[in-house]
This record gives sequence, structure tokens and C-alpha cells, in this order.
Amino acid sequence: MRFFFRRQAYLIDFTLSSLARRPGKNLGLLLVYTLIVFLLASVMLFTQSLRSEASLVLAQSPEIIVQRIVAGRHALIPASYLQKMGRIRGVIGRHGRLWGYFYDPAVRANYTLMVPRERELAADEIVIGAGIARTRGLSTGDFITFRASDGSAHAFRVVDQLAAESELVSSDLILLSEASFRSFFGIPEGLYTDLVLNVRNPRELRKVAEKLTLRLPDTRPILRDEILRTYDSIFSWRQGIVFVLLVGAILAFIIFAWDKASGLSAEERKEIGVLKAIGWETTDVIRMKFWEGSIISLSAFLLGYLAAYAHVFYSSAVLFEPVLKGWAILYPEFQPLPHIDGLQLATLFFFTVFPYTVATIIPIWRAAITDPDTVMR
Amino acid sequence: MEVIQLQQLKKAFNQGRPNEFWAIRGVDLAIQPHQITVLKGPSGSGKTTLLSMIGCLSRPTSGRILLGERILSGLPERFMTEVRRSTFGFIFQQFNLIKGLTALENVMLPAYPLGPDHRQLKQKAAALLQQFGIGNKAESRVEWLSGGEAQRTAIARALINDPACLIADEPTANLDSRLSEALMQIVGELKQDGMTILLTSHDPVVYDAPVIDRVIELHDGQVIGE
Repeated sequence: MRFFFRRQAYLIDFTLSSLARRPGKNLGLLLVYTLIVFLLASVMLFTQSLRSEASLVLAQSPEIIVQRIVAGRHALIPASYLQKMGRIRGVIGRHGRLWGYFYDPAVRANYTLMVPRERELAADEIVIGAGIARTRGLSTGDFITFRASDGSAHAFRVVDQLAAESELVSSDLILLSEASFRSFFGIPEGLYTDLVLNVRNPRELRKVAEKLTLRLPDTRPILRDEILRTYDSIFSWRQGIVFVLLVGAILAFIIFAWDKASGLSAEERKEIGVLKAIGWETTDVIRMKFWEGSIISLSAFLLGYLAAYAHVFYSSAVLFEPVLKGWAILYPEFQPLPHIDGLQLATLFFFTVFPYTVATIIPIWRAAITDPDTVMR
Repeated sequence: MEVIQLQQLKKAFNQGRPNEFWAIRGVDLAIQPHQITVLKGPSGSGKTTLLSMIGCLSRPTSGRILLGERILSGLPERFMTEVRRSTFGFIFQQFNLIKGLTALENVMLPAYPLGPDHRQLKQKAAALLQQFGIGNKAESRVEWLSGGEAQRTAIARALINDPACLIADEPTANLDSRLSEALMQIVGELKQDGMTILLTSHDPVVYDAPVIDRVIELHDGQVIGE
């Protein structure tokens, strides 16, 4: 065993000095390789972190949302529907929600206005998200005026700002009282934007939704899982777009790596011949070259992954932000939660380290099995 | 070291193709241990081919090579490498030192697959370089060495695994006469230490040297005289 390790240590020692002897070629390869791993890992880490962020936020949202549909469009739902749906086993809570969008021409941005349930606000009070605070330069105590649906001006006083942790979804949010909301948008009493139901047992969700569709035929129930799935596919789609954009770079890398790894120079071939002639076995040569490939690919993987980790979690993925987060005036400024997915890490490893190692082994094997007497001529 | 015997040895290149060429055409020889034997002949006479087969660097097309009672020519590659590593030390025509490595590292290289203790190996390699008067060049990269220094490094490398037989292919081809004579002196000293030495050369400095025991003349792949 000790002999085995000592032998491997000699091979690694020789490999390291081999790498150092061709600094230009190997550093270039390492750099390009690291860059590719960095780009791929950045996209993967960022998308994954957006997904987990979204599911964390949505974890607190209601299990079922009921929307009224008129001529295929989402319409206001009467409060009477809360009674009309009757008693459904498993539903532990139900209430109407008021929310909507408002376009602010001053900054050409859309805000989401919402009436909170757990917070009492006075008629002129609002709570704003961090994105709005940044864009409009507002802080607690400031006043802001918006033009309502009937053309009248409504002045609001900022009483609080939403916590930065939820900025991904609350960046453009304004919370206001029910009375203000109704008068601002001109929504009469007895109408809500939608209804929400709380269901204790997740396995009953489908059944509850089924009953709702029967009892309230002009509505559509939206399950939380469906929203999560939608988010998931949006992020996957965006990830796909970035990957497509990266295809060119990846192809260039494959050609470059294949060329560097598989094309042994005359000097390298001669060196293999010399090593065999002085008593190295074919397996020693292959092992030595295997170590060479492994050192390059593992270093590139490690460096690229660490750089991607720093890029995503410490600099908020500045390179991919516009594509992966979406397009908006009010960019949420959020620090993604550090999160590493084992399967994703393994996938990236398999698609970067494995092909390179294979690409290096085959030509080496071909060179290593030739008779060593070529060095005599 | 035992006698090396060659029995009806033949070697063909590109066999079965239009450019088939027989480099060795039936050689019978016995190379005695503890002697210096020179294979002499013009270019293309088959000296290097014969030497590479004796040193287990290549296999004969037909015929046998025996080391004592053991048949070397039929051994699987792994065992051939083992014999090559433990029995033979090689000095090549171009020295074939590995560029970018120091003289000391080059000397240590043949011992790597054996996995010896690193400190002992380093000491042994340094002692060999010292023995040949280039101890001060141990840490120099081989491309900075002069012809004579490179040659001595190559000799030290050939001796690192304590081989019983030293094989040198045209060792003076790239040396001036002064360095060639110096080499022959080293070879003489190695013979005195009990080593079997096999050289190829068409340089009179080699085959006329007083330390030589036997000169075998080759022509067109056949032994034509001694």
C-alpha cells in the first residue's frame, strides 16, 4: 500500500513538473476551462437560488386562489361567492383579496397595490417595497401623490417600508387600506379581486378545487403548486435561454480542449517513448497523463465553481441578472440565499470533468502502447 | 549477469506490405557477461535494431533472445518492461534527456515506477552525478548543460536502477574526440565494476579503444565477422 502511494506521489510529482514545463499551453487551457465552468455554474446556481427563493416566499401564500372568469378574462368576484360556495370539508379559512396594478408615469414603472389582512392602515397611509423607495427616493414619513382611476389626486404618507428579505416579490409592492384601495380604483363594496382558501391537508387540495369548479362554474381555482410549477418553468426557460447563448462558448471550448488534450505534440510523444525506454510501464504513462488531465480539470472545476459561487451569492450574479431575473424598471435588489444542490453539482462535474479526462486518455493510450524503440531512431 | 544468447534472430519492418524490409536476417550470437561488446557497421546495417531487441525495447519477428535460461523475446509487455528496468540501462544517441527537468530529476526518472524512498533516491542520484564530476550541475535544467555534461547525466540515468548491463547506441555520435575518449574511460571503469556493456558504433574511438573485448561486425542485418 505504501509502495502504491509512493509510486502515485512520484507520478503526480512528475505530472506537476510536466505541467510547469508547458506553462503557456496549460495556463491557457486552465483559464478557458475555468471560464466555462464559471459560466455554467453561475447560471445553475443562480437559477436554483431563484427557484428556492420563490418557493420560500410562496410557502406562505394561500393554498387555493379562486378567480372569477367573464368571457375568458379575470373579473372582479362578488363577496357573496364566499357564501355561495357553501361549506367544503377541509377548508379552514376563506376571505376576499383586493389587489391590482398601477402604472406610475413618473418613473414608467408598474406597482402592485394590495390590501393587507394582518395590518390596519389609515386612509392616507401606505407601506412600500424597497424598489419603489429606491426609484422614487421615498422614506418613512414622506408623501406621494398618485392619480386615481377617476382622475382625482390621492396623497399618501409612507409609514413603513417592507423588509428587504422578501424583495424578490415585494420590490414593487404598495400596501394600503381597503377604503383607499376601493376609492382609488373605483371598486364598489362587495366585490373582491379574488378569493383565497386555506386548506389544512395538501392531499385534499384537488378535491376541494373540483368541488369549487362544480359549485362556482364561472370561476377557476388556482393551486399554489401550480404557481410554483409556473415559476419553475419560467426559471428553467430562462436558464435554457442562457445555456443556448452559451452554446457557442461551450462548443469553442470543446474544440479547444479536444485539440489541446488529444493532439500530442511530437515532443510529448518522444517523451513518452523515452519514459517507456527507461523502464516506465504503459500503465505508468497512462496514469501519469490521467493525473495531468485530472489536475487540470479538477482545478478548473474547483476554481470555476468557487468563482461562480462568489459571483452569484456575493455579487448578486451581475452578469446574468437581466436575463434570469426578468425585465423590469424596478429591479429587485436581492442577495440570493447560498444554496448548493448536490445533483446539480454532480451533473456539472460529469459534463465538464468527465469528457475532458476521456479526451486525454484515448490519444495517450495510443501513444503509450507503441514500442519504445522509436526513441532509438 | 548471465550470457545473452541470440538464436536465429530476425526482424522485419512493415511485414506483409509492399515496403517490407528485413533489418535483421538471422543472427546467432552469444554476448558474454562482464565484457564490453561493440556492434560495428555502417548506417542501416541493423546495429540499433539488434540493440533495441536485446534491450527489450522491441520484439523480434522470429528467433529467440535468452538471458541465461530465460526467454526474453516471448515475454508479455509488462514482464519485458520489468526486465528492461531491472537488467538494462540505456544511453541513447541523442541522450534523450527530458527538457525542462533538472539533471538530478532526469537521473531519478527511471526509478519512479519502483516507488523507492524519495530521500534515498535523491541521494543516490546526486552521488552518481558526483561520481561523474557534474555534482554541481544537479539542479541545472538539462537544456543548459554542455554536450559532455548531458552525456554524463545520461550515463548516470542509465545506472540509477543498478542494471547489470549497460546499452549505448552510438554514444559518441554527438561528441568531439576528447569527450568520446572520456566516455570510453568511464565505460572502462564500469566494466571493472563488473558491468556488461553493449555498444553500437562506427566510430574508431569506440571500437579501437583498448577497453573493448569484442567487436562484432554487421552488414545488411547479418553478422559478417568479429
